This record gives sequence, structure tokens and C-alpha cells, in this order.
Amino acid sequence: MLHTVNKSPFEKNSLVSCLEHAAEGSAILLIEDGVYGALNGSAVADKVKGAMGKTTIYALGPDLDARGIAGKVIDGIKVVDYAGFVDLACENDKVQAWL
Amino acid sequence: MSEGTKKFLYVNRKAPYGTIYALESLEVVLIGAAFEQDVQLLFLDDGVFQIVKDQDTKGIENKNFSPTYSALGDYEVTKMYVSKESLEERGLTVDDLMPLTYEDEDDDWAEKDSIILVSKDEIAALMEEQDVVLSF
Amino acid sequence: MKFTIQVNEGPYQHQASDTAYQFTKAALEKGHEIFRVFFYHDGVNNATRLTTPPQDDRNVIQRWSDLAKEHNLDLVVCVAAAQRRGIADADEAQRNGKDADNLADGFRISGLGQLIEGGIQSDRLVVFGD
Repeated sequence: MLHTVNKSPFEKNSLVSCLEHAAEGSAILLIEDGVYGALNGSAVADKVKGAMGKTTIYALGPDLDARGIAGKVIDGIKVVDYAGFVDLACENDKVQAWL
Repeated sequence: MSEGTKKFLYVNRKAPYGTIYALESLEVVLIGAAFEQDVQLLFLDDGVFQIVKDQDTKGIENKNFSPTYSALGDYEVTKMYVSKESLEERGLTVDDLMPLTYEDEDDDWAEKDSIILVSKDEIAALMEEQDVVLSF
Repeated sequence: MKFTIQVNEGPYQHQASDTAYQFTKAALEKGHEIFRVFFYHDGVNNATRLTTPPQDDRNVIQRWSDLAKEHNLDLVVCVAAAQRRGIADADEAQRNGKDADNLADGFRISGLGQLIEGGIQSDRLVVFGD
């Protein structure tokens, strides 16, 4: 499954809830304000890094760029564009939005 | 499950009344019932508040739509998964929830509980089993 | 791959409609099929033709109308959500005794069944919201 998270982890619990319920082998894509979950050194960074063995974490590049944080992303988070987002939706058997 | 039906999961993570998502997602469930797919509801995070009993909306002059959850059994929506952890985090138990039931036509119309308490891991597995996941 | 897209939020207030648009556009560019784009909750507000956004920013509604025209997309606005929020085509306006209609080009108003049908008929349902 591809999970999308679109809200900042400092605003809503969507990212944390997603990390707690995503099965092994899932993909998690941070989009919109959700890309703040990719910030290195934040209060949730350890939780995000901790999930990276079990799941693959991606961030939407245009959203990182818009917010000026493309250079501060946790190592190992893969940055994709909208075409990459579409590919992820195809490669995984379904998509779930954590709103 | 008959050939050609899909497993639909409706994920409810938001509280009622503060926003319209709970009400309008329920409207999708009702309409969706006519399509005879394999439907399950999940109440997770603040979504568990949607099915707390004794809702009284007179003071806020808002429609009390909580009775609709009790009617879902008649629409063959009989699987309502509720996150144990979400209840605990909110100081709730299953006794705080509406007694949602359905009549099992395969068991002489015996009344059965629609609410199924599930752990995080069970929720992860439930999500993976689905074909279509709707979020509101 | 055949996609149904669900848009839960209105234009400008949230990024949902923007991201949905960019995803839809990227999917089309890759040769995928968009079965339907279904607008629900405040997402129905993407279908009013009465917006006048600032000239130096994107025109969210026009963008959807243009994409629909270019690719013959099925942009569906939920009738119940639209009635709540005052989005109406000529038929709806007349039926409900309103003195105006405001549905933008490329959109049509229909029932929630269209969303369920999208889920059944498509390979992937992708939801954009808040």
C-alpha cells in the first residue's frame, strides 16, 4: 500500500498514526505540509528514521522546494516529483490518504 | 465474497460536529450500500468519537446523525472496526460507545455486535486486505 | 492504470485541489486513464465559475475546466454536497427555486454513487483532502 500524509506532524497526528499502522513493506509519501515530517533533527525525526527499515519513505520534491526545506531532509528519504507520485500509486496495490 | 466485488474500507479519523467529514462520510456509506460491495468501517484516532453514545446536539442546533450508525446493520454494513489504542488514549472503553448491532440472516436473525475492537497490528493487516480505501 | 481521483477540499483554502490537479496531469502525461475526478465535501467549490482569482496566481477552477476539455475528463460534483454549499447547474437551480446557477465548464453534478462506481471500476482510488 502507498500511504500519503499531507499534514505537518506538528499540526496533526496523521504522520504518527500512519507510521504506527503501516504494514511492513508499505510505501509512505509525504506531500503538501506532510513534507515537514521529513525535516532532519525535528522532534519526530527519530520516529521517521525508525520506520525506515520497515517501510520506504518518500517526499514530494515540489512541496519540499516550495517550503524551502529541500536541503534539510532526513538521509534515506527518497525525493520524487508528481510523475514519481503516479509511479508509486501504480507500483503499490492501493493508496490510502492520511488526512 | 462474490466474484467481482471489492473490499471497501471507510477510514474515519475525525471527530463529529467540529467538521462535516463524519456526517458526509456516513452518507457515502449509505449510498455505497446499494452497490453490494464488501464494506467495512474503521474508527481510528478521533474517529472513535463518532460512535460515542448519548450525543445531544440540541444546544449546538446541529443535526444529530449518530442514530444513523445504528441503522447501518439494516444496510448490511456489519463490520465496524474500532481501534483499542484510540479508545484508551481518549480514556474511553467500548461501554462508552453506542451498542451497534446487526441481525445475522444466516443465523436465524440473531442480533450480533457490529463493533470489533482491533489492535494496531490488526488494523495494519485489515488495511492491507482492502481493495479500495476511502478517507475523508 | 485507471484512476479515480477524489478531491475533498475547495480551491485555495487547502492544497488538496492543487495536488490532485498535478497528480491528474502527471498521470495523463504518462498515458494513464482518469476514469473520474469526484469532488466531495468542500471540494464541490472547485466547480463554481464565479471566482476571480488574482492575475498573478493560478486559476484553480479554470485549470480543471481546461484539463477536462483537453482530455475529455469526467469531473463530477456530488449533488448533496453541492446543494449544501450552493453549487448548482441550471437544472438544479430551477429544481430548487434558485435565481442563479454557477457550475463551471467541464463539471457535471451527480450522485455519490459515481464515487463508489469509480472505486469499483478503477484500478486505483487516490484521495486528496485535509
